[in-house]
Amino acid sequence: MTIAANPPGASDIRPGRLDSATLNANFADLHPPLTFHEAKVEAERCYFCFDAPCQRACPTAIDIPLFIRQIAAGNRAGAAMTILDANIMGGTCSRVCPTETLCEEACVREAAEMKPVTIGQLQRYAVDPVIATGKSPYSRAAPTGKRVAIVGAGPAGLACAHALAVAGVETTIYEPREKSGGLNEYGIAAYKMIDNFAAREAAFILSVGGIEVRYGKALGRDVTLGDLRRDYDAVFLGAGLGSTNKLGLPRETELENVIDAVDYIARLRQAKDLSALPVGRRVLVIGGGMTAIDIAVQSKKLGAETVTMVYRRGPEQMKASRYERELAQTNGVVIRYWARPVSLEGHAGALSGVVFENTHEHAGMLASPGSVFRIEADVLFTAIGQRGAPEALDGAAIEIKDGRIVVDAERRTSLERVWAGGDCVFGGQDLTVSAVEDGKQAALSIAAALGAARA
Amino acid sequence: MADLRVNFLGVKSPNPFWLASAPPTDRKVNVERAFRAGWGGVVWKTLGEAGPPVVNVSGARYGAIHGPDRRLIAMNNIELITDRDLEINLREIKEVKRAWPDRALIVSLMVPCDEKSWQDILARVEETECDGVELNFGCPHGMSERGMGSAVGQVPEYVEMVARWCKAHTRMPVIVKLTPNITDVRQPARAAKKGGGDAVSLINTINSIMNIDLDAMTPDVAIDGKGTHGGMCGPAVKPIALSMVSEIARDPACAGLPISAIGGITTWRDAAEFIALGAGTVQVCTAAMTYGFKVVQEMTTGLADYMDAKGYATIEDFRGRAIPSITDWQFLNLNYVAKAEIDQQLCIQCGRCHIVCEDTSHQAIFASLNGKRKFVVNEAECVGCNLCVLVCPVEDCITLVHKVAGVDPRTGLDYARPPGNWTAHPNNPSVAKAAE
Repeated sequence: MTIAANPPGASDIRPGRLDSATLNANFADLHPPLTFHEAKVEAERCYFCFDAPCQRACPTAIDIPLFIRQIAAGNRAGAAMTILDANIMGGTCSRVCPTETLCEEACVREAAEMKPVTIGQLQRYAVDPVIATGKSPYSRAAPTGKRVAIVGAGPAGLACAHALAVAGVETTIYEPREKSGGLNEYGIAAYKMIDNFAAREAAFILSVGGIEVRYGKALGRDVTLGDLRRDYDAVFLGAGLGSTNKLGLPRETELENVIDAVDYIARLRQAKDLSALPVGRRVLVIGGGMTAIDIAVQSKKLGAETVTMVYRRGPEQMKASRYERELAQTNGVVIRYWARPVSLEGHAGALSGVVFENTHEHAGMLASPGSVFRIEADVLFTAIGQRGAPEALDGAAIEIKDGRIVVDAERRTSLERVWAGGDCVFGGQDLTVSAVEDGKQAALSIAAALGAARA
Repeated sequence: MADLRVNFLGVKSPNPFWLASAPPTDRKVNVERAFRAGWGGVVWKTLGEAGPPVVNVSGARYGAIHGPDRRLIAMNNIELITDRDLEINLREIKEVKRAWPDRALIVSLMVPCDEKSWQDILARVEETECDGVELNFGCPHGMSERGMGSAVGQVPEYVEMVARWCKAHTRMPVIVKLTPNITDVRQPARAAKKGGGDAVSLINTINSIMNIDLDAMTPDVAIDGKGTHGGMCGPAVKPIALSMVSEIARDPACAGLPISAIGGITTWRDAAEFIALGAGTVQVCTAAMTYGFKVVQEMTTGLADYMDAKGYATIEDFRGRAIPSITDWQFLNLNYVAKAEIDQQLCIQCGRCHIVCEDTSHQAIFASLNGKRKFVVNEAECVGCNLCVLVCPVEDCITLVHKVAGVDPRTGLDYARPPGNWTAHPNNPSVAKAAE
C-alpha cells in the first residue's frame, strides 16, 4: 500500500483538508459522558427486570439491572464493580458495543416506548472514574506457581490475563505490536475512543500485576506454539485475525490508492496529528461491516468531499447496524446497496475509478442483471472482512475451520493445554465484548485445569 | 359545564380548591397571586396572639423525599405560625377580602390555651370581615412544645373546650383543624362537634424526619448540626388522610359534620376522591409549593371534565357517594373471587409480576411458556392479591378479573356463590360457638 501525494492530473489526495480546530471538533467524543443528573434520570428509568433481557443479551452477562440500580441509589463505585466483575473491559464495551443490537435492543423499554435505557452510557458513567484511577481494584490470589502464555494483548488476551492474575496464575503475553489493546488501540473509530482510552484501560487492567507483556513478539516469527507449550503450563491464543480479504480484481495490488481500511485506521489511530494524514477528495469504500462504516465516517470527518460506501447486498444483510448506518449517513456518507465491483480503473498508475455491477438476490445467491455503473474516486478503501492466519500455528495439529480456530464451550482447542478466544476463533461475533467473554471463560477453564483458585 | 361552586358553612367559593394555611397564604401578595390563578379560597397562614411575633429558624426549614426524576413525593417543614406582625396581617386580610369578595377567606388561628387569648384574637379577626376561622390544633412541631397546635389537638377535652370558647366569642363559622398524630381521629372530631365547632379540617402534617445525612450524622435538614421532627405533607400522606376522613365521615357521632379535606391533594382526581368521601372543600399546599399556583387550573378543569363525563352537575351530586362502600373487614364478601389476567399485547416482558409473586406471594405467575419467556397467571394458585397489578410498569396490562362462572381451581369451589362474610363464616370461632 502506498499513497501518492496528489499526483498532478490524477488523484486528489492531500493532508490537511481541514484545519486543526475543525479536525478536533470532528474527532471529539461521539457520545459525551453523562453528567450526574443525566445518569440519575436515566438510571431511574430502569425497571429492574426479572431475568433481565438486557443481561441475557450481553455476551459477558453483566448484571445490568443491578449496576443501574446501584447508580440510581448513589453507589457509582459499586456499579463499576458489578460491571468489571463480569467484564474487565467494561470501559471499552460501553463505548464501542453495538448496544442497539445487544442490551438496548433487548431492553423492555424498547418494547414499551421504543426508548431503551441507555445502558452503554450508564455503564461508561459507572466505570470511567475507576479506570481513571489507573489502578485495578482487584487483588491477586496467592501465587499458584502456574504460568500461562497468552498470544495477543487484545481484548481476549487481556481479559484472560486479568482473570488468571486474580486467580494467582502468572501470565506472559506475546504481542507483535508496540502497544496493548489490540483493535481497541489500532482499530475502531477514533471518536469512540478519545483521550487515549484504549491505552489507559490496558494499563488499568495490567496494573493488577502478575502479567508480563513482551512487545514486538509475534507467534510464528519470534516464538512458536511448540515453544509456548513446552515452557508454560497452558497457552491462550488471542491473536485476532492476521490478514484482510482482497477484492480479487486485476490491478488491486499494483494501483496506488487502493488501500486496506484496517491499515489506514491503525495509522489514523496512532497519528499524533490528524492534519498530516493524506485524505482523498472523493473516497470510495467497499464493504458493509463496522470497519467500512468506521473508515467512511472518519474519511468524511477528515475532510473528504464525497464518501460513497458500496455494499453488495441490502441493509438487512449488512453487518453494520441501523444505528451505524445512520451515523454514516448523518455524517454525509452515501451508502449504495446491491452492487459489487467488477474492475478497477487507473490513471498513471493510480486509481481513478471503480466499475460496479448491480446485484440482486436470486435463490439465496447473489446475481447480476448485467447493468454496470462507474464511480470515480481518488481513494478506494477495501473493508470486506479479515481472515485468520493459521500459518502462524506452524502446522500444529489444531483444528481449524474457515481459517479460524475451533473451540468448545470452555474455549479449549483440539490441542491439549491450548485455549483460544476472540476474533481468531470460529463462530465468534467479532466484537470486543465477545472477545472479553472468551478470555474470561478460557481463564476460568485454565484455572480449573491447573487447579488454581477460581478466576 | 359542571358547576364547581361550593357553599361550605355558608361560605361561598367559585370552586372547592382552597389553599391551606401554610407559607403560600402568608401574605397579601401571595394570596392575590393565588386568586388570580384561580384558587377558590385560602386559609390565611396561622396568626398568633398580639405582641412580638414568633421567630423562625434562618436555615433550611423544609425537607423532602423524592421519587424517580426527583418527583417530590413528600415534604416536611419546621416552620412556625406566621412570623409577620399581627397588625400587618389583619390589615392585609381586610384588604384582600374587600378586593376579592367572591373568594373564601378563612383565617387560621393559634393562641395560648386560655379563653381570654381566644376571645381577644377573635375580636380582632372579626374586624377583617373574613369568612371564618380555622383553629390550628394540628401543627406538630415547635408550637406544640409551647402547649399549642397538636398539643391541644391530641387532647379531645381541650379541643372541645377551645371550640366552645370560640363559638361563644364569635359569630363567624369555626373550623377545627385536626392532627393525624393521634390514635383515633374520631375522638377529637367528636369533641370538635360537641364543642360546637361548625366543621373539621384534616389532616394536618405528620410527625416526620425525612432523611439522615450519613456524612454529617444529622437529619439532612439541620440547623447548625441539629435537627428536629417536622410535619410531613405531600402525595405520600394522601392515603392516611383519605382513611382519616373516611373514619369521620362514617362515624355516627360525627354525622352531618362538614369536612374540609387536606392531605396530599395534587390533581383533580385526588380532590374528587376526598369529595367522594364527603369533603365539602379541599385544601392544597404541597402541590402549590412544588409547582406554583397554576396547578389549580389542572384541578378545576379536571374536576369539571370528570363531572361532565359522569353527568354530575354540581359537587353535591357526587359528594359522599363513596362513603357507603367503606366498611369493616368483617363485612367483606369472602365468596367474591378475582384473579389476575395479563394482557399479552401490552406486556413488555419485564417479569416483575413473576418475581414478586414468586418471591413474596403465591407463586402464581409462570415465567415461561413452551420454553419461551412469557408471563402467564396460574389460576390454580392466584389469590387475586393485586400485587402484580401494582408492580407492573404498564397501565392496564395486568388487571383483576371478577370470576363469575366455573370452578376455582385453587379452592375447588364455584366462582358463583352467594355473598358471605366473616360474621357468618364457619371458620369464625364466634360463629361456631353460637351454633353450639
